[in-house]
Amino acid sequence: MSFFTNIAAIEMSNLVLAPLIAATVIGFANGFFSGFVNLRRNALSVSALSHTMLPGIAVAVLITQELTQANAFIGALFACILVGLGSVLVSRNSRIPEGTALAVLYTSAFAGGVALLPHLPIVASLHDWLFGDIALISRTDLNLIFIISTLSLILSNLFMRPLLLTMFEPNVAAAQGVPVRAMQYLIFTLLILMLVASLQAVGCVLSVSLLVAPSAIMLLFTDSTQKIFWGGAIVGALSGAGGVLFSQLIDIQSGQAIVILLGILFLLSFILSPRYGILKGLIKA
Amino acid sequence: MITSPITSEHAQHKNGHDHSCCAHHSSHHDLIISDLTVRYRDIDALKDISFDTSCGNRLALIGPNGAGKSTLLKAIAGLVRKKSGTIEWRGTSIKHWSSEFAYLPQREEVDWNFPITVRGLVEMGRYPQVGIWKKFSNKDAEAVDRAIESLDLVELQDRQIKQLSGGQQQRAFIARAVAQEAHVLLLDEPFNGLDRTATKTLRNLLIKLASEGRLIIASHHDINTAKSLFNQVLLLNTETVSFGKSDDLLNEEMLERTFLTTNNKKD
Repeated sequence: MSFFTNIAAIEMSNLVLAPLIAATVIGFANGFFSGFVNLRRNALSVSALSHTMLPGIAVAVLITQELTQANAFIGALFACILVGLGSVLVSRNSRIPEGTALAVLYTSAFAGGVALLPHLPIVASLHDWLFGDIALISRTDLNLIFIISTLSLILSNLFMRPLLLTMFEPNVAAAQGVPVRAMQYLIFTLLILMLVASLQAVGCVLSVSLLVAPSAIMLLFTDSTQKIFWGGAIVGALSGAGGVLFSQLIDIQSGQAIVILLGILFLLSFILSPRYGILKGLIKA
Repeated sequence: MITSPITSEHAQHKNGHDHSCCAHHSSHHDLIISDLTVRYRDIDALKDISFDTSCGNRLALIGPNGAGKSTLLKAIAGLVRKKSGTIEWRGTSIKHWSSEFAYLPQREEVDWNFPITVRGLVEMGRYPQVGIWKKFSNKDAEAVDRAIESLDLVELQDRQIKQLSGGQQQRAFIARAVAQEAHVLLLDEPFNGLDRTATKTLRNLLIKLASEGRLIIASHHDINTAKSLFNQVLLLNTETVSFGKSDDLLNEEMLERTFLTTNNKKD
């Protein structure tokens, strides 16, 4: 009985609608963009950048003495650019590979951010920035999510061909006149924008999941680039919506619910996919 | 220091495949490389390379590791910047990449796990023609179909590129070059890792592509097979050692000169 009354309650509640829309849109845009993350195989640097947002936000709060959407965004963006470009700079000018440089820089930055936490004027709400709380989503948050998601989708589709070529064969792309650097910066910038957009929904730590899992799930089913991107978008959107609904039924936060849902879907695909699932291989053998 | 006896003119007119060159083109398609030098940081990867060839030929680049074979291919393809010298194609100096050149990377440089099918790969060959935003036209689809058919990949076109044999993978990349309508194919060690049958297939294919009027330039490390696979040879070791017909140059003496100059290079 309680299960159905719960569903009825969800339908009634306007409070759920905003988070539901937000999670669906974020899931869709992040899911689409996760195609780039998987094609570039840089899931780990996404993880690095998402952690880097924390010190960025902390420093922004320290400077402005308040936590708003705008300064969190700018702080996160600034920290990501600093750490991202810093690792490129180190790897280009030394024998240290980029991944190593990134790991050293982002862990240091993250530690710095955590060390700053007790000295900030708004300690309590920083927890939400780390792990997100989509239930608290505001009108401004929603608008920001819409703008960033639309922008990211339009730009990545507009430049899909040069982006794909850049990821597959940067050398050949460069020779064909594709501005490879510009394409790499475009992906990097969109990536940070997507991370910031999903801050409120799942927080900067769990946002890695939304930017990796959806198209990773698709990779287990298909070899078509189109399907990896758009399928990822659909998986992301459904998981976003599903997570919010589930979190109403069982008593957990929606951010965690979305990420757990994606994890379960990934695991099921890994086992059951008719194309690349392990079960298929086992049956064959 | 070895001087470079460049015997290209003789080589071209003597070689057997020359008559079929560019049968369907009005002008002669010459590739003339003059004094090409490429530097990586402070080291000359290529120094004063000069030779000229024309389409219809299959030219092998032969030399020890680090001789600059790949660099030369990449320089012609426009993938690396040259320090000095000129690359002239059909009477005009090549400054940037042109869709008449297709570069086929070494096996190790390809991301075989990339989720792309054979057809998707061949379609990439049309990107230069189609541009960034234009839709694929029927003409583009036909060019892709033709390339796939002519390389005998019809049944494999929906496979992901990793699920092909080594020979099929080479053919898929060549199909992309054909779809691109490239005249000059620059192949980096195309015979690497191929078994006997696949080598034979690829050999026949290169002969066919050359006889249709294309110029094939390939780096090749196996001197034993070079003579049967290529009609022209550029022996190089950072500098040109010799250039000419493979029948004339692939002998003990020339190979020794090519592979033993490493120690003398410093003087």
